[in-house]
Amino acid sequence: MFDYATLKLIWWLLVGVLLIGFAIMDGHDMGVGTLLPFLGKDDTDRRVMINSVAPHWDGNQVWFITAGGAVFAAWPLVYATAFSGLYWALLLVLFALFFRPVGFEYRSKLPNPAWRKGWDWGLFAGSAVPALVFGVAFGNLFQGVPFDLDDSMRSTYSGSFWALLNPFALLCGVVSLSLLTLQGATFLSHRVEGPLQRRTILAARVCGVVLLVSFSLAGMWVARMEGYVLESIPDVRGVLTPLMKEVGRAPGGWFANFNNFPQLWIIPVLAYAGVGVVLASIGSGWTLLSFVASSVACVSVILTAGVALFPFVLPSSTHPDVSLTAWDATSSQLTLTVMLWVALIFTPIVVAYTSWAYRVMAGKITRDYIAANDKQLY
Amino acid sequence: MINETVVDLSRLQFAATALYHFLFVPLTLGLSWLLVIMEAAYVMSGKEIYKDMTRFWGKLYGINFALGVTTGITMEFQFGTNWAYYSHYVGDIFGAPLAIEGLMAFFLESTMVGLFFFGWNRLSKAGHLTVTTLMALGTNLSAVLILIANGWMQDPVGSAFNPVTMRMELTDFAALVFNPVAQSKFVHTVSAGYVTGSLFVLGISSWYLLKGQHVEFARRSFRIAAAFGLAGTASVIVLGDESGYSVGEAQRSKLAAIEAMWETEPAPAGFNLIAIPNEARQANDFELRIPYVLGLIATRSTTEVVPGIKEIRENNRQRIESGIQAVIALEGMRKNPQDEAARAAFKAHEKDLGYGLLVKKYVQDPRQATPEIIHKAAMDSVPRIAPLFWSFRVMVGLGMAMLALMVVAFWHSVKGTFQNKPWLLKWALYSIPMPWVAIEAGWFVAEYGRQPWTVFGVLPTHLSASSLSVESLWGSIAGFVGFYSLLLVAEMYLMFKYARLGPSVLHAKTA
Repeated sequence: MFDYATLKLIWWLLVGVLLIGFAIMDGHDMGVGTLLPFLGKDDTDRRVMINSVAPHWDGNQVWFITAGGAVFAAWPLVYATAFSGLYWALLLVLFALFFRPVGFEYRSKLPNPAWRKGWDWGLFAGSAVPALVFGVAFGNLFQGVPFDLDDSMRSTYSGSFWALLNPFALLCGVVSLSLLTLQGATFLSHRVEGPLQRRTILAARVCGVVLLVSFSLAGMWVARMEGYVLESIPDVRGVLTPLMKEVGRAPGGWFANFNNFPQLWIIPVLAYAGVGVVLASIGSGWTLLSFVASSVACVSVILTAGVALFPFVLPSSTHPDVSLTAWDATSSQLTLTVMLWVALIFTPIVVAYTSWAYRVMAGKITRDYIAANDKQLY
Repeated sequence: MINETVVDLSRLQFAATALYHFLFVPLTLGLSWLLVIMEAAYVMSGKEIYKDMTRFWGKLYGINFALGVTTGITMEFQFGTNWAYYSHYVGDIFGAPLAIEGLMAFFLESTMVGLFFFGWNRLSKAGHLTVTTLMALGTNLSAVLILIANGWMQDPVGSAFNPVTMRMELTDFAALVFNPVAQSKFVHTVSAGYVTGSLFVLGISSWYLLKGQHVEFARRSFRIAAAFGLAGTASVIVLGDESGYSVGEAQRSKLAAIEAMWETEPAPAGFNLIAIPNEARQANDFELRIPYVLGLIATRSTTEVVPGIKEIRENNRQRIESGIQAVIALEGMRKNPQDEAARAAFKAHEKDLGYGLLVKKYVQDPRQATPEIIHKAAMDSVPRIAPLFWSFRVMVGLGMAMLALMVVAFWHSVKGTFQNKPWLLKWALYSIPMPWVAIEAGWFVAEYGRQPWTVFGVLPTHLSASSLSVESLWGSIAGFVGFYSLLLVAEMYLMFKYARLGPSVLHAKTA
């Protein structure tokens, strides 16, 4: 059907689709979790917030799980090298995520206020920590990660966990945290009313501004940073390993794709436009529009980073030649073909029943609704 | 050289996290179908009591489900964090069923579970039943795909080594999906889940009946659980036998170890009911044998020979010697892809490549493998006998005990006399832990029995681990075990609390 090079490119896009799906879907319930301790003034408010995402957060989290599985299937070396190298960063995300299933399910099963407050902070950690760490991880991709591959493809990582938390990476963490929190705030403003909704609108404005500032600063920083450039690679239609190419570094190298294809600038421009529409519409009652605009911002921010890095997926700062790229760290042609069919068949089905689930559960979550269904709700 | 402590700790961590995960999954597998049955009874009969049953057992289902999801998140990423070389070496094949699981099964289950809990007033009766059914279907589909992945580790079909990329690659997707080992493992595992769900409902219902509480509710729950549980137990045992048969095909060393069968015997071989295996002597200090039975189960014939441990080790020694030639030839090809002699040598010994890698536990350069090292590697090529022998017998013994319970419970359920039989109700109540013990033992048999391999005959366990530090591993093990244990305490507390409250919690104003 497709030649190997096209398949490799499609899979780069599909991993992007999964990350974007994660940011839009799990992003909004993580955003709600991040805002939970700040916007929920009493237990009922917090239950309103939790129940706005209660029927959906579990399905949404599968975007994250599936993205992990898809990277395993399509880019096994990336899955192996990134997750073993960034061991404590990934474990931090997992440990934080542990709070979510139990937090949602157990929190309101007991009336004890300390129990509920404890789980509220658990839900906060389970939402804010991953949202922050994902940005930090992307920041480190731009800087390169210290790893080497031997000729049997065994990877060794020579950095530390603390080195990941450098200023640029933390700035990227602010980008991702404000992006997902904005996503949560716009979703929440669509699903709640009254004073809680007014606080939500304020939160959305703050997140929007923080996102614009941090995204712009990160862009300026990247412009001055040494990017990675492919200097030579064999025919990308062939069977490649990461040991067959030469990689150089050049200031502003991460802008090469945008400079070579100026039409790509539309992507970061859309990020600004998305946030701009959110800020303009959020107070006007067009809550669904705000959520869609925020989702556009999710798409564009992630694509901006992806396009800048392309074809690099995991650059090595200590041994740039063994950097992992979308051309040479992929699965075999057969696996990519089979998995493409699986993705083409099942992704639309997932989107269809997810939309149906949101339609079934549509409508405002009110304080009265919580009181009337005390035992049924989270 | 790979640090042995890192490998051992990585195994310990994987075992701990997988066993924790497997405390919750089987109950989800079984209870989800019981919910479907109860809700179908509600939709068909219109009796509110069946709706109460669905909702009450559903509450307990949710308490359990949350930890299944929590511990499952780890499993999706742990191959990368702790088994990086494994992930590279077999990700081309093994990653596919995992990704398909997410897309096809886990999405379905997780989306429907939300509607199951919150959709009661928003869906029609039939609509909600459909949701519950799709939730159960998603759960069980997950098991299919995970066991396709695991079945491939036990019997790596449909794949071949690619010397350019230095990994195994998929050659036949259908062979991977329809791997007979995966099929029988799936049926055996989900049936074990059905037994777990049934015994859970049976035991708690018995407790209500002993207390004289919620009698009508408990009677109906008991009946459904007894029928479903009997079918599940029969299926586990019959298809456990099937799984023994495929073990015999794919992994004779696991079978020989399970049976503590050191010598190859004339067909059909006898079955050791009890034995005290002695590794040093390569013999049993004591054994109680039933003649012929093992040969009949393992080969389904009276003439085919089941090889003993000593013979397997001797065969493996020869394969290791041949495999060393493959490893050396592969290194030659990596240095110079045009080296025709190396290519020819690799072709000749390729099928034993994995066996050649076994000596890398002792020497970096396989040319330095002395006969002593090859002997040691051959001795390791069969796992330690006693742990396998006994865990298998624990599993089978508990299986038989549960079968007895289910037969009696079903008999009295048909006669309608069970509520007047306190001995039966107590028996059911105190049997609740049994399926969990049996299942954990079964996991151990399957996974420890595959040692020294992660992928049988292809990739040794000691090469599979990530290059991590010992400190990192101790830290993460402490983190996982500590965190999971705290969550387990919370889970058990809620489970007991809600089980004690009983179905009245559905209508009470305050808990």
